[in-house]
Amino acid sequence: MSGRRIAHIRGEKMSAYFDLSEEERLIQQTARDFADSEVAPMAAENDANGQFPRGLVEKLAKLGFMGMLIPEQYGGSNAGNFALVLALEEINRACASTGVTMSVHNSLASSPIVGFANEETKKKYLPKMAKGELLGAYALSEASAGSDAASLQARAVKDGNEYVLNGTKSWITSGAEADLFVVMLRTDPSERAKGISAFAVERDTNGFSVGKKENKLGLRASSTVQLIFEDARVPAENMLGSEGEGFKIAMWTLDGGRIGIGTQAVGIAQACLDASVSYAKEREQFGKLIGEFQAIQWKIADMAMNIEAARLMIYRAARLRDRKEPHTKEAAMAKLFASEMANRAAREAVQIYGGAGYLKDSSVERYFRDVRITEIYEGTSEIHRIVISRFLLKN
Amino acid sequence: MKIGVLVKNVPDTETKIRLTADKQGIETQGVKYVMNTYDEFAVEEALKIRERLQDGTTVTAITLGPERVVETLRTALAMGADEAIHVDDPAFEGGDSLTNARIIARVVEPMGLDLILGGKQGIDYDAAQTCSALAEALGTAQALIAVELKWSEDNQSLEVRRRIEGGDEIVHVKLPAVISCEKGLNEPRYASLPGIMKAKKKEIKKVDLTGVGLDSAEVGASGSATRVVGYSPLSERPECRILEGEPVEIVKELVRALREDAKVL
Amino acid sequence: MTNDILVFAEVREGSFKRINAELVSAASVLVDKLGGVVHIAVLGGAVDGAVEEARSYATGKVYVVKSDVLDSYSTQGFASGLEAVLKECDPAIVLFGATAMGKDLSTRVAARARGSLMTDCTELDVEDGALKAKRPVYSGKAYADVITTKATIKMASLRPNIYPAAQKTGNLADVAEVSLPITLDQIGAMVKEIVVTSAGRKDVTEAEIIVAGGRSLKSEDNFKILEELADVLGASVGASRAAVDAGYAPHSRQVGQTGKVVNPKLYIACGISGAIQHLVGMRTSKVIVAINKDPNAPIFQHANYGIVGDLFEIVPIMTQQFKELLAS
Repeated sequence: MSGRRIAHIRGEKMSAYFDLSEEERLIQQTARDFADSEVAPMAAENDANGQFPRGLVEKLAKLGFMGMLIPEQYGGSNAGNFALVLALEEINRACASTGVTMSVHNSLASSPIVGFANEETKKKYLPKMAKGELLGAYALSEASAGSDAASLQARAVKDGNEYVLNGTKSWITSGAEADLFVVMLRTDPSERAKGISAFAVERDTNGFSVGKKENKLGLRASSTVQLIFEDARVPAENMLGSEGEGFKIAMWTLDGGRIGIGTQAVGIAQACLDASVSYAKEREQFGKLIGEFQAIQWKIADMAMNIEAARLMIYRAARLRDRKEPHTKEAAMAKLFASEMANRAAREAVQIYGGAGYLKDSSVERYFRDVRITEIYEGTSEIHRIVISRFLLKN
Repeated sequence: MKIGVLVKNVPDTETKIRLTADKQGIETQGVKYVMNTYDEFAVEEALKIRERLQDGTTVTAITLGPERVVETLRTALAMGADEAIHVDDPAFEGGDSLTNARIIARVVEPMGLDLILGGKQGIDYDAAQTCSALAEALGTAQALIAVELKWSEDNQSLEVRRRIEGGDEIVHVKLPAVISCEKGLNEPRYASLPGIMKAKKKEIKKVDLTGVGLDSAEVGASGSATRVVGYSPLSERPECRILEGEPVEIVKELVRALREDAKVL
Repeated sequence: MTNDILVFAEVREGSFKRINAELVSAASVLVDKLGGVVHIAVLGGAVDGAVEEARSYATGKVYVVKSDVLDSYSTQGFASGLEAVLKECDPAIVLFGATAMGKDLSTRVAARARGSLMTDCTELDVEDGALKAKRPVYSGKAYADVITTKATIKMASLRPNIYPAAQKTGNLADVAEVSLPITLDQIGAMVKEIVVTSAGRKDVTEAEIIVAGGRSLKSEDNFKILEELADVLGASVGASRAAVDAGYAPHSRQVGQTGKVVNPKLYIACGISGAIQHLVGMRTSKVIVAINKDPNAPIFQHANYGIVGDLFEIVPIMTQQFKELLAS
């Protein structure tokens, strides 16, 4: 941790959406220093071993990074979505697996509890989530319900003052390590979206088990599992909001999660840019640095430009969410743009590295694999295009 | 205990230093300013003492400089300092270390501090004078380049381990004292989010020339006895001669070159 | 105020340190322009041997403050003693070594005397009564040219190993005894003990030749290879931060921004990449030799001689050849 610094960038003027306050600058710098000193050095090894960075999560919690959307009365820092974006970009730049763990915990797990749980449930879980003692996850998708989330089938049936849960959830990030799950289940089979309710489910629940870890292309230090409910029982107070509100809650939550994944894409793309610039200044062919060839220069210029554009779109969406203004369209646009440009960036980074970029030894190889999922999860690019077009074509 | 910590806002160590065309200064455009590396150890040590004593000990961060230095005070507050003092006035411009130390002494004297910690030197000017000059102005004990502090039972005195050539000196110090900090003293903490949010509510007191009670002739360039007249870059080394051949031949040639060409052996 | 220069002689464990001769050499150049003489101040408890040494370097007097109170170094004790010497001597300029002791004392005395002070200078000159200095700034990335602006007493601390050691004058200067005004109970901090950490070899900051190793040494044990070469050359052993952080070398050997700044006439960098943080610690070395497997290592841009090769192969050959050379 020696040599860390808190920096102030001089001479840059940006508009109200994009200016960072003093606190936001400090938050960004702490995240940056932490990412460089502690997250980045472990990233390659964790990816190779499929090793979840438990120690890092604890350290992130100690610094307050696991309670950024939790109000101070529950032990959180209430830093907000914009600050979360600043921190997530740095963490993802160092290690996307650690980044998604932090993103899901804050945006998809703690946030809906803050927004929709009753007071007892909030008091029960939020302080521990802020401290990192409970790691949060989010379960909406099922094997047969991906993009068509509203068709989900896992059931929750009221029985006295409990609900009995049955069914399977798929594609659950952090599922192998998480302690608390925000789960969407069907309480009314006669309705579609309106028949879904949201619950906070503890890992230590009878009848609730976690399936095997999926063997993924990327984000290999983050676990992706199935959740299996076999007559699992949760107290009725653990419902978030009321019966039938679950889908609305899920979508509202995903608006925030989307901003997080867009940020992940920006972070990974920034890592690609940093690696590309560094290589262009080192590698020589035909008697000069490859950075002196126009082909490489253009690739780098495009990468930088697209990252800048994506970052500013993310910033705007985050500011809107913090102001509690409508932001679904902006979040969708930002996530879509960021994920697509980041995949291009990773492809170009590997290209710039040439053969070396194809080796497990190089970091760009990992970026290339990690970034692919950003065009798929938290809404595929295709779904986002539909979401965006609806805003424009609806009467 | 009342602890004061001197902090300075300086260009980041990673900064590529470029001189202005007229060689009168360095290019500041795009330069990242940070808390002086060695001051981080000072802030951390003060916080550790407060945590150990748990007796209402206060930590006050103090800095002298233009508006951009406030960021460094915020950082100190975010790390956990209780309050901060920003000493600034246009009249202070151009002041050298001895002059600035006298200004800080004026600010600090009425506070009745038991201990003042600072970094061993500012990584911009590398003068390493402020802590010692401050101790002189306050008439207190000093110990510089501390790598370890061992406190007495009553916390009224301590043993400071400091780096000297070929070893360490153990200095016995009685409070009040000024101590400058060296790398290895501790591991500075990150400014945590709760710390950053709490820092928003902490006070930064401003002190100007009138507040300091000095005449403008005693401060700044007019009060200083030294002045920087210009900067020069490091002289270029002649191009490196890569020796080629079989290892034994290479070394033979190196030995010859060191003796006959470079004349260092 | 006279036109004389006073040199503060650093004495450690009764020994008259080499830096003092360098200070006299710098002072001699300056007094030629000022038209004065070079005095030397010796302070301490058991200083007789040091005083005799000083007498063969001073062209003016040797001012001695001898007292039990000064047996161990203390800032306030020595500052008080030197202050008393200044009253007697009234020099225009006072020179110190930019050593741990010199930097500790010089600021205190300069502040007390309301004079000027320029630390860690690599060049000194006088011009129209002002003292000019060149000194490294920004962690050694540039030099600042500094000048004194007032007629007050001028002080400077000099970086070791830059000026040559002065020759002895061939005479013995007179001694002037000055009494120490301060008493023990007025002193707030005093050296209790000195712990030697480098085993016998000179500290890197005082070495004329340094053999340094980076992380490529791969183990603490492997540093023995460098030590063997250092033994033959009478050199000290240095290390990069990466090597120290990995536990291959103690922090006392670390050369660089967060380590020590060195100025030897020969620096042999073995398996050191040459990151800027290391460079700023050894950049002013007269001659730099770099040995590294990577032909693109930045160190080659800052060395006089480069060998692209395996240090484990090259260094032992160097040891062998230097051994043969010194034997002949």
